[in-house]
Amino acid sequence: MRSRDTDWDGVRLHVVTGKGGTGKTTVAAALALALAAGGRKVLLVEVEGRQGIAQVFDLPPLPYEERKIAVAPGGGDVFALAIDPEEAMLDYLELFYGLKRMGKALTKIGVVDFATTIAPGMRDVLVTGKTSEAVRRRDRAGKRVYDAVVMDAPPTGRIARFLNVTHEVAGLARVGPVKAHADMVRGVLASPETAVHFVTLLEEMPVQETLDGLAELRAAKLPVGGIFVNMLRPTDPALRAPVDLSELILGLKAAGLADGTADASAFAEQLAQEVAEHASRTELELREQEALAGSGTKRYELPLLADGADLAGLYELAESIRSQGAA
Amino acid sequence: MIPHPGTAPKETIVTRSAPALDLDAILDDENTRIVVCCGSGGVGKTTTAAALGLRAAERGRNVVVLTVDPARRLAQSMGLTSLDNTPRPINDIQGSGRLHAMMLDMKRTFDEIIEAHADPERAKQILGNPFYQSLSSSFSGTQEYMAMEKLGQLRRSGEWDLIIVDTPPSRSALDFLDAPERLGRFLDGRLIRILLAPAKAGGRSAFKLLNAGFGLVAGVLTKVLGAQVLKDIQTFVSALDALFGGFRQRAEQTYRLLQAPGTAFVVVAAPERDAMREASYFVDRLAEERMPLAGLVVNRVHRSPAPALSAARSTAAAEDLESRGEHELTAAVLRLHAGRMQLAAREHREQEHFTSAHPTVPISQVPAMSEDVHDLAGLRQIGELLGSR
Repeated sequence: MRSRDTDWDGVRLHVVTGKGGTGKTTVAAALALALAAGGRKVLLVEVEGRQGIAQVFDLPPLPYEERKIAVAPGGGDVFALAIDPEEAMLDYLELFYGLKRMGKALTKIGVVDFATTIAPGMRDVLVTGKTSEAVRRRDRAGKRVYDAVVMDAPPTGRIARFLNVTHEVAGLARVGPVKAHADMVRGVLASPETAVHFVTLLEEMPVQETLDGLAELRAAKLPVGGIFVNMLRPTDPALRAPVDLSELILGLKAAGLADGTADASAFAEQLAQEVAEHASRTELELREQEALAGSGTKRYELPLLADGADLAGLYELAESIRSQGAA
Repeated sequence: MIPHPGTAPKETIVTRSAPALDLDAILDDENTRIVVCCGSGGVGKTTTAAALGLRAAERGRNVVVLTVDPARRLAQSMGLTSLDNTPRPINDIQGSGRLHAMMLDMKRTFDEIIEAHADPERAKQILGNPFYQSLSSSFSGTQEYMAMEKLGQLRRSGEWDLIIVDTPPSRSALDFLDAPERLGRFLDGRLIRILLAPAKAGGRSAFKLLNAGFGLVAGVLTKVLGAQVLKDIQTFVSALDALFGGFRQRAEQTYRLLQAPGTAFVVVAAPERDAMREASYFVDRLAEERMPLAGLVVNRVHRSPAPALSAARSTAAAEDLESRGEHELTAAVLRLHAGRMQLAAREHREQEHFTSAHPTVPISQVPAMSEDVHDLAGLRQIGELLGSR
C-alpha cells in the first residue's frame, strides 16, 4: 500500500468517541470514507446496537456480518459491521474453543445472556475483542484484510473504561482464558496502531467532557488521536455587536425591505438582536477553542452542513477530513 | 415591504398540529408524584429535570431531583459544590416549596441494599467478593437497576410529594425499563440454579441438575471463564441468593409504580434528526410498556426575532446590496438572518416528521440559549420557558 502523508500514518484502528449529540457516528462514517479514498478497504464498526451507521448511510438495519456499504471517492470500499455482543460471544467460543454448537446450548440456559449483560466488563471485552480481531486479520498471502478499522465507540463519558479492558476484567479474572483474551485486546488498543479521536462542538459541556476524556485516556496510557470540532458555523468578523442601527436602517431601505422609517427601525432592532446573539455565541466559541488548544492535541474543523448530515454531506465531510490531513 | 415584522405571531415556528404540552398543569397536580425525563444523550435531559424540579418547588411542591449525570456544572448551578447519594437541600428557593437534589451513586446504593437486607456476617462476605466489587461498579446494567431501586426508596420514604428523575444515558434508550425483566430472566434462568448447585450439594434439585449435565456446563464455564472466576461467581450468587427475591420484587414494584397514573414521562429531544428519531422510538416504546407519556420537550429550538423576512428574500436582498457594492454591514446582517431562518426551517421540518407520526403527543419548545446554565436564575428561566405554553 502506498503511504499517504497524513497525520495518522501507521494507525490501523481509529476509535471515534464524543458526547451525545456531537455527531460522533457521522464523523466516524466520514472518517471511514476518507480513509478508504483512493482504493483502500476500510471496516466501520459499531458497538452499541443503535444501528447508527445504517441511519447515517440511509440503509436498512445492518446484520452481524461484514458487508460493503459504500464506495469511497477515487475507488475504495467501506464495509460495515454492527457488533452484537451475543454473536461475538458465540464467535469467541468457536474461534478459541471450537464450541459453536455448545454455544447454542449455552444460549438456551442463559450463559450467553449472563456473560453479555451481567458479567462485568465481559461485554466490552467481547466487542473490543471482535474489533481487534478485524484489525489483526490477514489473508492467505499474509496481507492485512483491512487497511483500517474505524470504530463508532461509546460516548466520551465511558470511553476510557470501555477501552481499558484489562483493568475492567482484572478484578474478576486474574488468570485464565478471559484474562488472556483481554490482554490480547489491550495489546491492540494500547499500541501505536490505535488512535482515539474525540468529536466535540464548540460548547461548554462537550468541550469539558473532551478535556476530561483526554486526561482519562492519558492516565490509562491509551493512545490519543485528534479532536474533530464538528458543526462549525461560519462567523463573519464584520458582524460585531452592537450594530450601527442608523446604518442598518439605511441599508434596509436601500435593499427595499422597508419603506417607512418607523418600520425600518423596528425591523433593524430585531435584526440587531440577532447580531448580538451571534456575537455572544462567537465569543463563547472562541473561549472553547482556546480551551481545546490548551490540550495540545491536533484539531480538525468540520463545517455545519446546511441540509443536515445526509449522504452527500457525508462525502463533503470526508473531503474536508482528507484536505486537513486527518486521513 | 414585509408584512408587519414587529407584530408577527411569536409562535410561527410551533409545529402546526401538535397540541401544546402544559407542564405547569402537570407539576401543579398533586396527584403527579413522579416525573421521568428520558431521551438520548446530549439533549439537555438533566438540565430539563433540574429546571422542572426548581419550577415545581417554587410553585409550592416538596421536590427531590434524582440525577445520574455526574456533571459538576449542574451541582454548581444549584449552589452545591457536588452532588452525592443523599438528597441535599437547595437554598434560595422562592416561594413555599422545597427542593432537594441528589446524584445516584450506584455502588453506594448497591452496598446499602446488601447492608440492609443481609446479616452482618453475610453482608461482609458479599461486599468483599471480587465478583460483587466489579458487578457493583461496572456492570453495564447496574446503573439502571440502582436508579430503579433508588426511585423506589425515595417514593417509599414518603418524604417528598414529587420526585423528578433523569434516566441514565443508556446504550439502548429504555434500558431501565428492561431492568426488572432482565433480572428476572437471570434469576429464573437455569444458569443460576446450576451456579447454585454445588452450594446446595446434597439437595435433590441439585442432584437432578447434576444429572442433567451440570458437569458439562461447569466444564465449559471453567474453560471460558477460568476456575477462580467461576468459584467467585458461585460464592457470590449463593451469598446473595437470599436477597434476590426481595430485589426482584422491589424492581417489579417500581416498574408498576412507573405505569401508575401518578407518573408522567417527559421525553426530551433537540430538533435534530437523530434526537427526534430517538424521541419517536421512546414514545413508541413507552406506549408498548403502557407507561404514561406526558409529552415531548424540544430543547434548543432556534427562532428569529424577525421571522417575517424569509431566508430566500433575505439572501436575495443581500446579493442585491453586494452586487451594488453598497451597505456592506446590512448585507452581512441579512446573510446572518438567512442562515438563521434556514436553520429554523430545518428544525421545523424535523419536528413535523415527529408530529406526523405522533399527532397526539403534546410538545413544549425551549428556545436555544447563547450560554449554558450556570445558576438558579438560569434554571428558573428555563423552567419559565418550559412552563409557559
